[in-house]
Amino acid sequence: MAHNGYVLLRHREIPDLDNLEVYRQQDGFKAFEKVVTKMQPGEVTEVVKASGLRGRGGAGFPTGVKWSFMDNKNWPHYVVANADESEPGTFKDREIMEGNPYQFLEGVAICAYAVQAKAAYVYLRGEFWELAARLDRHIAAMEAAGLMGDKLFGTAYSLRIFTHLGAGAYICGEETALLESIEGKLGQPRLRPPFPPAYGLFGKPTVVNNVETLTNLPLIIERGAEWYRSIGTEKSPGVKVFSLSGCVIKPGNYELPLGSTFRQLIFEHGGGIPEGHAIKAIMAAGASSSLIVANEQALDTPMDYESVPNLGAQLGSASVIVIDDTVSIPWLINKTMHFFRHESCGKCTPCREGTFWMSHITERMARQTAVSGAPAPEDVKLLYDVASQVRNKCLCALGEFSIEAVMSGIERFQNDFEVAAGEPQTATGD
Amino acid sequence: MLAEKYAQEIQAILEKYPPEERRAAVMPLIYLAQREKMYVNREDMAEIGAILGISATEVASIVGFYSLYYDQPKGKYHIQVCTDLPCALRGAERFLQELCKRLNIQPGETTADGLITVEPVMCLAACDKAPMFQVQSGAGLQYFEQQTVESALALIEQLRADAARRFKSPLERGREGHGS
Repeated sequence: MAHNGYVLLRHREIPDLDNLEVYRQQDGFKAFEKVVTKMQPGEVTEVVKASGLRGRGGAGFPTGVKWSFMDNKNWPHYVVANADESEPGTFKDREIMEGNPYQFLEGVAICAYAVQAKAAYVYLRGEFWELAARLDRHIAAMEAAGLMGDKLFGTAYSLRIFTHLGAGAYICGEETALLESIEGKLGQPRLRPPFPPAYGLFGKPTVVNNVETLTNLPLIIERGAEWYRSIGTEKSPGVKVFSLSGCVIKPGNYELPLGSTFRQLIFEHGGGIPEGHAIKAIMAAGASSSLIVANEQALDTPMDYESVPNLGAQLGSASVIVIDDTVSIPWLINKTMHFFRHESCGKCTPCREGTFWMSHITERMARQTAVSGAPAPEDVKLLYDVASQVRNKCLCALGEFSIEAVMSGIERFQNDFEVAAGEPQTATGD
Repeated sequence: MLAEKYAQEIQAILEKYPPEERRAAVMPLIYLAQREKMYVNREDMAEIGAILGISATEVASIVGFYSLYYDQPKGKYHIQVCTDLPCALRGAERFLQELCKRLNIQPGETTADGLITVEPVMCLAACDKAPMFQVQSGAGLQYFEQQTVESALALIEQLRADAARRFKSPLERGREGHGS
């Protein structure tokens, strides 16, 4: 696993990388200039396909393949950067956009050229208000330097990038809800197909890529697909920014090759579990995760798109929440269910009603657990029953995500749902 | 009237979107209308609708759907503490309770002087820096990370003092401090 220096979090090594001059001294915008002046759009897509880059927002779909689905009979095309970053446990895109904003914006520009879009939107969650203002200033600096705007590098190609602020809705991280939100509508998912490359923003072919995905592009163009493939695993090439949080000594973002193990992340980089406690569970994809039982085999599992499913879970956006042995699972699922109930957009009945009623039950269960050590057995059964009826019945993944922790928690942590000889469990990790 | 007060800004917002897709400007226009009083009233919604060629009801539905828009006056400063799972694992719930206790309010309530509302909020993408909160005012939104109850109370005192003096709030000063 050759990995010398940072690929994405380069601001940690290079001071003031959020200054355009500094970024250009590091060969910044050479890759964008190269694609615009020396490469055909299709060639750019082929390089990205060859690199094996997969979408970093959660689904892990091959990026170049996604671009190749763009409908070339319908114009104009759009590029949208998904900077909605709202999954509990995920805080990587914010660091990238704050520390290394020009590499991200150059990635947006490269993607836009590859699909011949003349306008790109960066959709930021509303809470990133300050960050959006900074990105606006960075974009203005690019325009002033001739790196953005009309007839770039003396060619016929023109591009503009705009920021668009959301206003507090987790669902807008779902790509079709995000597009609805830019269009000035309620952020609710669309029925798919058609997918955005056929029918996207304003009904036009659109690529929606995550911030981290896009930030990989300048170095892939500069150093080549082979170089990128030399990092990570065969099916999951490259690096990933892992957001590490929860019961761990050194929470934070860690840029590691895909295929690094949970043990390396949590114990080598994260310093292990505080106060001598034992690790109990791992959520690899934020609040949307199944709960992984943190045994030796799990800890030695490589964190990549093909290995994590062997543990009955997903890598998702790689937001690793560490749960230690002080945490009660009924308390935890009440937390996640409260989140999903709040964030359900209300469009699909199984999700809207399901999260509402499930949160009633988990609330009751958490209270019972605090008092008597375990929830009532009939509530556990009822919760599991409701959860299983939400599965596969909604337009987007939110409903699905809401039941991951619930069902895996009940299945894999049975002790937490049974009365343990009159010993009430601690409610939280506090 | 927004159109008179913010003519240039409205123009700049509209230019971000294709001319035939004016409706796309509804979210930034609601933020604009919220800037001074931290909420939007019926007149604002009607005017935004008129600018964009949609009904006031459609504007109201957007205001209702998104959690950073308000159709009722609240405290001048909203302190929103993230208490989602990763932050809760690092003491955020205890932090919120203690802060509210010191301010003599319940979570979700506003202080007696009408300036400070404290409430829990969903994940703010700062999970490694808990306890943390954002402060939303008409002037914008700013994060305060790795907080203690004492540091939060000191900030609140500053916000109160600034509101009394009508000076720029730490929020506004903080924003100007960030060069690009």
